[in-house]
Amino acid sequence: MAEPSMTLEIFRYRPEVEQEPTFQSYTVPYREDWVVLDALNYLKDQVDGTLSYRWSCRMGVCGSCGMMVNGTPKLTCAAFLKDYYPAPVRVEPLANFPVERDLVINMDDFMHKLREVKPWIIREQEKPVSAGEYLQTPTELASYKQFSMCINCMLCYAACPVYGMTQDFLGPAAIALAHRYNLDSRDQGQALRKDVVFSHEAIWECTFVGECSVVCPKDVDPAGAIQQEKVAGAIDLVKSVLIPWGSR
Amino acid sequence: MREPYRRPMSPTWWLNKRNYLLFMLRELTVIFIAAFLVLYLVQLARLAQGAETYAAFLRQRSSFGWILFHILALIAALYHSITWFNLLPQVMVVHRGEERVPPVFIAGSNYVVWLAISVVIAWIVLRS
Repeated sequence: MAEPSMTLEIFRYRPEVEQEPTFQSYTVPYREDWVVLDALNYLKDQVDGTLSYRWSCRMGVCGSCGMMVNGTPKLTCAAFLKDYYPAPVRVEPLANFPVERDLVINMDDFMHKLREVKPWIIREQEKPVSAGEYLQTPTELASYKQFSMCINCMLCYAACPVYGMTQDFLGPAAIALAHRYNLDSRDQGQALRKDVVFSHEAIWECTFVGECSVVCPKDVDPAGAIQQEKVAGAIDLVKSVLIPWGSR
Repeated sequence: MREPYRRPMSPTWWLNKRNYLLFMLRELTVIFIAAFLVLYLVQLARLAQGAETYAAFLRQRSSFGWILFHILALIAALYHSITWFNLLPQVMVVHRGEERVPPVFIAGSNYVVWLAISVVIAWIVLRS
């Protein structure tokens, strides 16, 4: 009996060959335990070495293999063929980003925005190492832990129509990470982040479509993080009007 | 060779996914709600102009078109309220110690308050 197979329709864009992207169909063996990334690796190794895409860990940790699978942003290492079989699967690069080649997007914009929110612990005054760790209770950890699970896979940007239309939008993951550090009891950097986070291009651009949280493979809930920062931003605004002499 | 390709965003993007469509419907409900509020202000103005003007206004409002509009506005207002009520747990996260208060309690509190306010209004309206 012939081995079962299925079709992958893959977005191809080779700037030295074509000006417009095309779709190329490939047949891959169907295996129940294969994910879309396994099928791509099979194609790259056995069928067409020119196919370009990013991947690394194969287990939903590195955040490299995000692509559009049938129009939905997915980690291809977690998108099982059996969930689509026998229908053909369409694989495209993450939406809303410029495409460098085939399934590889240009992530410069995201990397720039990520740096802008200073996603690290900021202290007004660092204490020397000899003074010991910055301690934290389990309750304090619980307040931000969910937002610290982000793996920077950019699926949320691909799901966000606001980012698709307004490239200036700071975007879900960057705001979620700003929120993660703002909530951290060890951090004192909220005032340094607020010019970026409380701006029109950041929290106030979000219309709460909510799809970023639906596609997030780590249940970070970036949409929730943005709304929570809106509350913080509104309180900050009211405070600055009522207590203009306040330190910040 | 580098020539990054930007894919255009379709003007019908919101038809491509159920969640996008539901979001767009939620946004559009405000048109009905805003229209209803404007009409309500007109109604108050007519009431201030005396009983005769107001009676004529009510007769005009009992036409099929106006009733249809009010039914649509009611559906829009319900959809608007329910979808926003259900989004509240994402905006308001309450922790009790290390445990997060279940989202259903946060969303549920909206409905309890809604019911309580409705009972009070019904009591005021129906007591006479």
